[in-house]
Amino acid sequence: MDGFIALYIFILAAITAYEVISKAPANLHTPLISAACFINGIVLVGAIIVMGKAETNIEIIISFIAVMLATANAVGGYFISASMMSLFKKNNKNTGNL
Amino acid sequence: MSDLTQPIAQGFAQNIAQIVYLISALLFLFGLKRMSLPTTAKRGLSYVVIAMLSAVLITFIHREVQNNYLWMAMAIFIGGSVATFLTKGIKFTETPKMIALFTGLGGGSAAALAAVEIINLDYLSDTVKYIALAGALIGSISFSGSLITYLKLQGSIKGLIHFPMQQWLNALILVVAITFGVAIVLNGGQADVTSLVLFFALSLSLGILVTISISDADTHILIALFNIFTGIAIGLIGYVLLNPTMMIAGFLVAAASLKLTLSMTKSMNRPISNVLFGDEATDDYSNLSLDSSNTNLIARELQSNDAAMMMAFAKNIIIVPGYGMAVAQAQHKLWEMSKLLIDKDVNIRFAVHPVAGRMPGHMNVLLAETGIPYESIYDIDEINGEFDSTDVVLLIGANDTTNTSARNDQNSPIFGMPILNVDRAKNVIVIKRAEGTGFSNIDNPLFYQKNTGILYGDAQSVLGKVVGELKKL
Repeated sequence: MDGFIALYIFILAAITAYEVISKAPANLHTPLISAACFINGIVLVGAIIVMGKAETNIEIIISFIAVMLATANAVGGYFISASMMSLFKKNNKNTGNL
Repeated sequence: MSDLTQPIAQGFAQNIAQIVYLISALLFLFGLKRMSLPTTAKRGLSYVVIAMLSAVLITFIHREVQNNYLWMAMAIFIGGSVATFLTKGIKFTETPKMIALFTGLGGGSAAALAAVEIINLDYLSDTVKYIALAGALIGSISFSGSLITYLKLQGSIKGLIHFPMQQWLNALILVVAITFGVAIVLNGGQADVTSLVLFFALSLSLGILVTISISDADTHILIALFNIFTGIAIGLIGYVLLNPTMMIAGFLVAAASLKLTLSMTKSMNRPISNVLFGDEATDDYSNLSLDSSNTNLIARELQSNDAAMMMAFAKNIIIVPGYGMAVAQAQHKLWEMSKLLIDKDVNIRFAVHPVAGRMPGHMNVLLAETGIPYESIYDIDEINGEFDSTDVVLLIGANDTTNTSARNDQNSPIFGMPILNVDRAKNVIVIKRAEGTGFSNIDNPLFYQKNTGILYGDAQSVLGKVVGELKKL
């Protein structure tokens, strides 16, 4: 891939995300950070590719660690985000109690 | 399948994979968009889950994925079970440190992938080599830095470690690491193992050194900061592996976390450069206490019946929750007390400082959990003018966000940070665990004001007693 095409992708993705997030109210900042942490779990895709083509022992060992860490990031990030979202559902139900 | 049709089928599968990757990248973006609105946040998360699952599953038919399926399954099983175990029954106060931990693991994974690619340098063009090394450097810093942040939030590491010429040492390490990186690329061919090990060792130690020099009060900024780092590292490795989903998702995370970091530093009125490189004030403030300037500072202690009386006969009350409330899990008792007061026609409002707790919005989520209506929660700009006309302010485990030295004392490390003008209320009731300072270790002059009374004890049991007294009235 041409380096400049990569640069296009990076910049456009970054600006879009920045704009999308900038409207978020303060009470969503913590859930958004946990969601960002969850999305970082996409590194698992790379880990599977690298491990799937690994041939030497050293490659297999390092990519084994990479797959393990990436899965932990994705799964852990998901559970934290989900537990935060469940708090929001409760809130919606109870609104109007006062 | 015959030998002739195989390449065609293979090409077809790869096209499907590319389309799935594209849809997954779009779902990440729309998921983030949904998650920035309270009403659609939950649906946003399910978008992200679908994006993640589809991208991961389609990767198994990736043309380069040929072997090691068994080991792969084992690694996924171990990583997944450990993460499930760690997050099981997690308390809300523990989430910041767990986010720090998992973000660090993602950065470590990206760095490890870069390492494998760099070992096989000869396949790659010079540009790709440099990008792989940049990803390795950033991912390693995120990995070691996040683990230190995790230990800091857990309380295993306290305070900040400063030594002379620290910034210069960090800069030197960075320069040496980059030099090794450039040397690895210029040498070409198989990467020299010694240089590679040194490169990673330097990157990892840089993450540690930078993180230990950042003050405890700024730890929550580090969480978002390392999210940026991990995101960038993943984006760069995505380029090395020619995977657009990783490139897009990585930079989505990086930019979103950057926005969140900036809104945090803005609400603390501290430029990001001061957080990272320290400002003179933060250098040595743990020794700074009020006692040195004024020797007879005595806080007035209140009893729960006094507090109940004051609040029951007040017209307006503003409640200011802080991290101490989260630790004591006192939010439900707080809401119980508030409902009793509302029945007595007291106007109750909640004031949330943007950096109360350990992350922005931390308190909002906690209050939302109890069912406190969204409309009675105010942020600093909405409520700061209201304190003058308020009868009682109730502070629960909040300290730094109300510290008047941020307004008055030029020598204070938090000087300039916007605070809630709690001191201007007619009466201030403070619930705090014990005599002592907040997370940032700075004494709070508010506690020694004439109109301030302190209820010592665990927030949940203190509120329980107040509720008991209120029921008697």
